[in-house]
Amino acid sequence: MSNAIIPLLLDSLASAALIFFAAVGLTLVFSVLRVLNVAHGSLYSIGGYVAASICLFIASRQLNPYLSFAALLFSAVLVAAIFGPLIERGLVRWTYGKSEAVQILVTFGLFLILEDLQRVIFGVQSFYEDAPMRLLGTSSIGGVVYLNYQIVLIGMAVVVVIGLRLLINHTRLGRLITAVVTDREMAQSIGIDTNRIFILAFSLGVFLAALGGALATPTSGIAPGLGADTMVLAFAVAAIGGLGQIEGAAVASLIVGLARVLAIYLAPSLDAVAPYAAMLAVLLIRPYGLFGSVTARRI
Amino acid sequence: MPTILAAAAVLMLAVLPVAAPWLQFVLTLAIAKGFAALGVAVLLRAGLISIGHAMFFAASAYGVAFLARAGVNDLGLLLILSVLAGALVGAVAGSFLVRYRAIFFAMLNLAVSMVFYALCAKLYGITGGTDGMPVPVPTVFGVVLGEPAFKSVLFYLSLGLMVFVGVAVQRYLNSPLGHALSAVHTNEIRLEYLGIPVWAVLLIAYVISAALAGLGGAIAGFAIGRVVPDFAFWTASGHLVLIAVLGGIGGVPGAFIGALFLELLHSAAVTVTDSWNLIVGMTLIIVIMFMPQGVYGLFARKEASSL
Repeated sequence: MSNAIIPLLLDSLASAALIFFAAVGLTLVFSVLRVLNVAHGSLYSIGGYVAASICLFIASRQLNPYLSFAALLFSAVLVAAIFGPLIERGLVRWTYGKSEAVQILVTFGLFLILEDLQRVIFGVQSFYEDAPMRLLGTSSIGGVVYLNYQIVLIGMAVVVVIGLRLLINHTRLGRLITAVVTDREMAQSIGIDTNRIFILAFSLGVFLAALGGALATPTSGIAPGLGADTMVLAFAVAAIGGLGQIEGAAVASLIVGLARVLAIYLAPSLDAVAPYAAMLAVLLIRPYGLFGSVTARRI
Repeated sequence: MPTILAAAAVLMLAVLPVAAPWLQFVLTLAIAKGFAALGVAVLLRAGLISIGHAMFFAASAYGVAFLARAGVNDLGLLLILSVLAGALVGAVAGSFLVRYRAIFFAMLNLAVSMVFYALCAKLYGITGGTDGMPVPVPTVFGVVLGEPAFKSVLFYLSLGLMVFVGVAVQRYLNSPLGHALSAVHTNEIRLEYLGIPVWAVLLIAYVISAALAGLGGAIAGFAIGRVVPDFAFWTASGHLVLIAVLGGIGGVPGAFIGALFLELLHSAAVTVTDSWNLIVGMTLIIVIMFMPQGVYGLFARKEASSL
């Protein structure tokens, strides 16, 4: 039993960790900008494409393969630096204060544009570069063999949760973000540059999504349609945790990961249904998510 | 005046496939999506944005496929039963979904439709998985038709239904029940104090909108000849909302104008480039930013200013 379920559990948790990166970015952007970015999943897949391209370049030039770890991080930073300010300044800021329907539609339009841009630039074949995963190798505990890379993924998700919490509670930037989230007008009137906070928060969200995509390339590869799939999964996780809740997103991705394990164990054909069923069940009872509340501070 | 304009437009649509036969499929599909977008637009009246209406579209198309497999083989009967199937799914989903508002309503519709999508894609034994199910050419009132003849019948039937259902929905929107929808949008509590049960108003609207999406799905199923889970994917729902918004506040004609605009744009774009989503996305953003009343707003501007 344990021999069968532990690799399965690890596998699910590793994929849950990847979704968590996308979901926590989504939730962060929503809490600061109050915009649900439907194009968020595309930034995840763009991160993946960029990372795969750089890793393939490293492999083709026969550079030190350990550079590919740096490449994963670097591609996320690159995507965030380019797309974060561009999208926030160029598009999203025009929707502040507009109805949710408008915000969802504008970002949906952006999603369509980004999906096609990826198709034009990277083609329709799937990318797969597993150098980082091979380098880390496998371990075996109690006769169960698993990939070290998966442990790294789960570890990084934990690091991101703690890092974000530290950033928000214990740094000047975090205080400023909290102020903007709590009362945007008041923050502005006491001299906080809200535009700067918006750009930073949005870019941080893009970075997290792109990081998820970059880290996903070695395990699952990148193919067209990944952005759309990731979007709705990230959305499910963010909604289960409560939009705007960082720890909520972490717990929710655990729930989704475990639901998948359970589904694979009990009814293998239903594993793709599990995240959405979990989302539906949670939202019907608590529409504001497990950790969200209608009035509480939203970060 | 608007009636004459509408009649002229319908007449033009009826004649177009005679001049350019390849347009017939495009127009049938546009009308099918127009029905579904009209369903979304009905809910938009109440300020409710549903990112899940592709589910009803797909549910009804699957309904046709299942009924055809079970031996039901008449176009009329199939259409009626599948629209009822769409409405039934709508009544079940709506009974709990209409309690929610704003982003929660959007999210829950998305969740329900994605459960439906995943089930359709995964239950290979029942739905054929991602291969989908074939929709055979049915008989029309007992008459067995070849495929080209059936497609023509389907097109003119859809056109007739567009007028008939369009008028019916227009009347519904102009009725007190329809006006209550906009009242929900402006001030829901006031409506409750007036003694109008908001829950019932919204449930009726939800069932109507599901039935409209179902009608569109059934027509699309017949026109394409196959139904696949992608009918219910969230991007399909997004496209329906997009059409409803493109049509703008134009009420019933708006949804169909939006759908025609999009489908014609699609067929024009694919001859030039593969990146047609790019064009649609840009069009959508431009329309929202600069023409908040939708494409219909271009035609209706004079009318609106004279009010």
